[in-house]
This record gives sequence, structure tokens and C-alpha cells, in this order.
Amino acid sequence: MTSIKLKLKESEVQQLKEVAKSFNNEPGELINVLHKAQEIFGYLPAEVQEVVAQELNVSVAKVYGVVTFYSFFTMLPRGRYPISICTGTACYVRGAEKVLDEFKRLLKVPVGETTADGKFSITCLRCVGACGLAPVVMVGDKTYGRVTTDGVKEILKEYEDQE
Amino acid sequence: MAKFKMHMLVCGGTGCRASASDMLYENLVKEVKENGLEDEVQVVTTGCFGFCEKGPIVKVIPDNTFYVSVEPGDAKDIIAEHAIKGRRVQRLLYVDPTNKEQIADSKGMGFYKKQIRIALRNCGMIDPENIEEYLAADGYEALGKVLTEMTPDEAIQEMIDSGLRGRGGGGFPTGVKWKLAAKEKADQKYVVCNADEGDPGAFMDRSILEGDPHTVLEAMVINGYCIGASKGLVYIRAEYPLAIYRLKIAIEQAREYGLLGNDILGTGFSFDVEIRYGAGAFVCGEETALIHSMEGERGEPTFKPPFPAQSGYLGKPTNVNNVETFANIPVIYNKGAKWFASIGTEKSTGTKVFALAGKINNVGLIEVPMGITLREVIFEVGGGIKDGKKFKAVQTGGPSGGCLTEKHLDTPIDFDNLLAVGSMMGSGGMIVMDEDDCMVAVAKFYLDFTVEESCGKCSPCRIGNKRLYELLDKITKGQADKEDMDNLRNLSYVIRDTSLCGLGQTSPNPVLSTMDNFLDEYMAHIEEGRCPSGVCKDLIRYEVIPENCVGCTACARNCPVNCIAGERKQLHIIDQALCIKCGACLEKCKFNAIAII
Repeated sequence: MTSIKLKLKESEVQQLKEVAKSFNNEPGELINVLHKAQEIFGYLPAEVQEVVAQELNVSVAKVYGVVTFYSFFTMLPRGRYPISICTGTACYVRGAEKVLDEFKRLLKVPVGETTADGKFSITCLRCVGACGLAPVVMVGDKTYGRVTTDGVKEILKEYEDQE
Repeated sequence: MAKFKMHMLVCGGTGCRASASDMLYENLVKEVKENGLEDEVQVVTTGCFGFCEKGPIVKVIPDNTFYVSVEPGDAKDIIAEHAIKGRRVQRLLYVDPTNKEQIADSKGMGFYKKQIRIALRNCGMIDPENIEEYLAADGYEALGKVLTEMTPDEAIQEMIDSGLRGRGGGGFPTGVKWKLAAKEKADQKYVVCNADEGDPGAFMDRSILEGDPHTVLEAMVINGYCIGASKGLVYIRAEYPLAIYRLKIAIEQAREYGLLGNDILGTGFSFDVEIRYGAGAFVCGEETALIHSMEGERGEPTFKPPFPAQSGYLGKPTNVNNVETFANIPVIYNKGAKWFASIGTEKSTGTKVFALAGKINNVGLIEVPMGITLREVIFEVGGGIKDGKKFKAVQTGGPSGGCLTEKHLDTPIDFDNLLAVGSMMGSGGMIVMDEDDCMVAVAKFYLDFTVEESCGKCSPCRIGNKRLYELLDKITKGQADKEDMDNLRNLSYVIRDTSLCGLGQTSPNPVLSTMDNFLDEYMAHIEEGRCPSGVCKDLIRYEVIPENCVGCTACARNCPVNCIAGERKQLHIIDQALCIKCGACLEKCKFNAIAII
């Protein structure tokens, strides 16, 4: 695999190469390199995976295998305000499913996808460990506790007013 | 250093932070400053107190006052009243839900009465970002003792004598595990701390790392000395940013103090710790999968033997222990194996940390002696069921455990007893369910989790669990027949008996235990097409009760799909064809005029 389709900017490829270099281009550091790459790009598109594979001297298939294995890695861009609904057991028994349904209904996108305007995306996560506040919703780094179906509208409103 | 008259401990755990405890801390510091109390009152951010239900928590030392649900705006009152005038702020005290009495001293709270805190001893007591505080709490004393007074063999024997068993789920004797790794000959060995807490609803490992990271580091160095390893790795979930942050600080500080690195305490023994990040895979809690993940591979388990003690990380002998296991270790060396073994039951010594959650009054993190009954945990420590509802079941051991019922409430909790009744200790998640929870739906919920988290390596787990999920789905939709029940059971046995790792071997537990304990509920779905708890959407409908409806229009106004018709002061009617069964009308009706049928 010698040539890479340059959809990424040269500067971005360079950035990735530096990341790989900082881990001594060790194949065993693949997961750490992917963590850094996702920090930079927000997600891990095929083009990024190709560069990582080349730099660590492993096959693209292997990189893809690892990316798809772990739920923390995503190949789709997330919204500007990524919404994560905790569907851990504690949140589940306190009504997380209804909250999730309400987000899906209001934003009209399924779990794992981003709204057409790129503003919101919905994902589920398993337990943030704030079970006392169940059900819990996170928007970016902000945590909302004891969310009700009514509360969903209010959370979205907070972000709709922005921009 | 100034001698403070008063310490204010503010919980800085993830749960309380989500309720603005960091802002509360800043406000307290500001108030202390404005009132010129810098030399008298010290405000400290600590780890989790455990009483997450009523967070954020502020504890005042020396009088042990325990403030609950404190908001950033309360800082002014706490300083003006408590710090200056010496009067407790009554409105922030905890009120006992049973007798409505205010309790000022945390020692008097039912939540803390039956707890014995060993692994959590420093959580909520010390500033986790300051090594001095850990040192003041006997920190690194055990390390000094082991390195200077004991041979590795003696130290391992002490661990065996303590009877400590792995707290991550397996319950394997820790000392025996160390012995296996110690007797291997290799140029390099590794100590691994498993902090990949993936069990939904369990958060003890995170709380320990957030509240007392040094205890884990100290234990890892001791472990390294015992088995002859010079390198330690902490495998931690990337989803735990605060724990990672504090662990990094702790590692730096320990290095500065010569407690990590070369020639620790001048004994010639060298050991250092690095952090490795997980990326969200439940199966990585299994030690062989965890090791593959650390090597940059997909986290798939492999057959044992060889055990990690023989061939682990990079093919070298490796000892893997979980965070809570490590947190017990310094205390065992400080107080002795005999003392530790005197707590708990004969075969399960010491304590266990449980994450109590679900439909229970006191959600939080508790540490209780082994052998305590489920009844004591749920009704005394946990304060009983929320909203006065009836207890129905408790799920221990997360997705690998089983649902236990009323008849198991007096079973003393230990590793073996829980296995005997069809559940397991697991990592210590304890989810309480009440009469409103449908047990078939709960089993389906767990299977949904397993299906998503199965690594896909072996077919019984990859395909079998998917089929199990589909069967359960059929039941919750009222499309199943009696034969499906047989299939459910047979398939469960096959998955349990033929899967390679713990994930597959235990994934049918929620199904089998709910079938054993709640057969009537399954049969109601199948034979009568009815969900007794009113949860399964396909089997219920919302109806207006004509004699109760006053025509207030609250339901119609709140219906998200506008399927409720009716004029003011007239009977309302729900259009069943349009209803999405969200339950908004039931929540909004103040006249009990909406019912699930």
C-alpha cells in the first residue's frame, strides 16, 4: 500500500505522522495512536486509518478491525453537540429508554447518527457512573441528571438558542 | 503548615461534579477568603463519599456534620453560619426518610452504620491530588514494611493467609495468583491493574481511582516486589477522564517522592507504572482479552492455559488484579492478614464494595463486610425502595449475574452463596427493581448488552445470544408460544456450556434466573398476551377512565403525537391507532384518569 488518496490535507497527514512517531511507530501502540487521532479529527474516517496503518506498518484491515471493535472509536463525524444517553442498567430502570425515544423523536435521527445540519448526534453509552442522577444524559462534557421526557425539550432548547 | 480548626470536605467525584460540586468548592474558597478565614478553615476536594443519591456532599471536620444536596449558592450560608457562628445549617442536613428526623453526624446515618470501609477508607477523607494527605493516612507504610522487613515469599504468604479473593468478578485467591507469577522465571514480568470497569451500573473502581489513586499504586509496587516485576500498567477506560487525570498526578508525585522509579526507598528495588487506555469493550475485563487490547489488538479472549502468570503481556509472566483488589492490599499489610481474615465469612474474607443503584432510596457506593444479607444492604444501608413501592428483584453481578428475589433476601452475600443461587458477585453492581419493572424486559435489556459486547470470536456467544435476544423480543411482543420457553432454556445451557470466556459462560444468567424466579411473568406474556408490570409496549394500551376524567386537557396538551381528543370539561379519548405509548398522558394526569390496560 504505497499510495494514499489525499483527501486529507497534507498538514493533517503530517500531524498524524507525528503522532505515530511520538509512539515510536510501534504496532503495539495502535490503540493509543487511534485515541490521539480521534482527538484531532473527532472521528476516524478511512483516510485516517490508512495513514495510521502505513505509519505503524500494519494492514489497513487490522486498523479497521480494531476501530470497529471498540465502541469508543467512531467512523462517523459527531454533531457539534454530541448527545450521549446513558443506557446503563441504573439509568435503564429509571426510564432512560423513554428519554432516548424522546431525543430520537424530536431530532428525527436514529442512534449513531447526526442531524442534517450537523448540530446534534445521538449515541448511547454504558454507565458514566453517576447512577445517583439516573437517568443521565451528556451533551459534550456537560452532564444532565434526572432527565425526564419533558426535560429533553429543554435540553435541546439550550443549544438551539446558540448560534 | 497552618493548623486549621476546621476542614470542609467537598465531594469531587464524577456524580457530584455533574451537580456542580466544583462550583460549590470555588464558592466556599471565595467565602473563606472574603471572611478572612484562610488560616482557620481549609476547603478540600475529596473523592466520592458514596452517598451519591444526595450529592453534592459537604462534610465538616471535626464535628462530622454531613450536608447533603448542597448547591453552589449555599456556600455563603455554610461559611457565615457554620464556620463563623458555629451553628449547623439545618436546612442542608440529611433527613432520615423513615422517621423524618434530621441527622447531623454521618455516623448516625443508616447508610453508613453497617459499612466497614477498607478499600474505600480514604475516599471522601483525603485530597486525592495531594500525596501528603495519603502519607498522613498511613500511605506507603505497607510498602516500606514489605520492602524492608519481608521477603517476597513471606509477603505472598501473608496475602494467601488473608484470604483475599479477586474483586473484579472471578473471586480467584489473590495470593495464589501472585505465587503462580512469582515462580515463573523470566527477564521481565508485568503487574497489570484492570481498571476497565465495563459493568453498567458499577462505578467502584472509578471512585477508588478518583478518590484514592495512591493506594492502587502502592499495592502495585508491592505486587511487583512479590512476583519480581519492574513494570506496572494500569489499563483504564478512556471514558473516565477524571480518574485518568488524578492517576497521572499520583504517578508524578510518587515518582517525585521516590516511591516509584529506581531504587525505591533505597532498597534497590525498581518499579514504575504506565497508563494504557481502553476504548470501550466490556469483554476486555477478561484478563486475556485485556492483555491483547494492551498489545494494540482487538480485545478477544484466548484459551487458558497458558495463564497470564505464565505468558501474558508481550508473552511475559503477568499478574492482573482489579482496582478494588489492589485497594485492599496496603491495609492487609498494615493491619495483618489475621485481622483481614477476621472480617467477612470463612471463604470470602474482608469486605466488598457494591454500587447500589436503581429503584432504591440511597443510591451510592457502599462497602460492607462479606456475609451481610441482601436484606440488610437493601433495606438498611440502601434505605429501602423508592417511593414506597414494593421490592421485586435485585440483580447482582451485572449482565453476568442473575435476578434474585424476596426469597433470597436473607442469604448472606459471599462469592459462593451468590453462585449457589444462580447469580454471582461480579464486580459488585447491585441494581434494585420494584413492582414496575418487567422481568422479561429486564432480561432482554441485559441480552441487548451482551449481543452488543460479544467480541464475536465464538459462535455460541456471537450467534446464540442474538437468538436468545430474539426469543425474548418475541415474548415481549406477545408473539411467543410455550415451545419458545423450552428453546430459551436449552439455548441458554448451550451458550453457558460451550463459550470460551466468562462473558459467554455467564450471559444466559439473567435469562435463566428470571425464568426460574418469575416464570408466571413469562407465562402472562405468552399465554395471556399481558405484561403484568405494564412495561412491554406491544402488550399495553393507555385508556382514559371516564369516571375520573374531568376534562382538564392536560393529557391532550402534552401528547407528543396529538392523539388525544376532547373539549374542555368533557371526556377525553385516546386514539389507539396513533398512540405511541410514551406515557406522557399518564404522567401529566392529576386525576388518576389514565390507566395502563
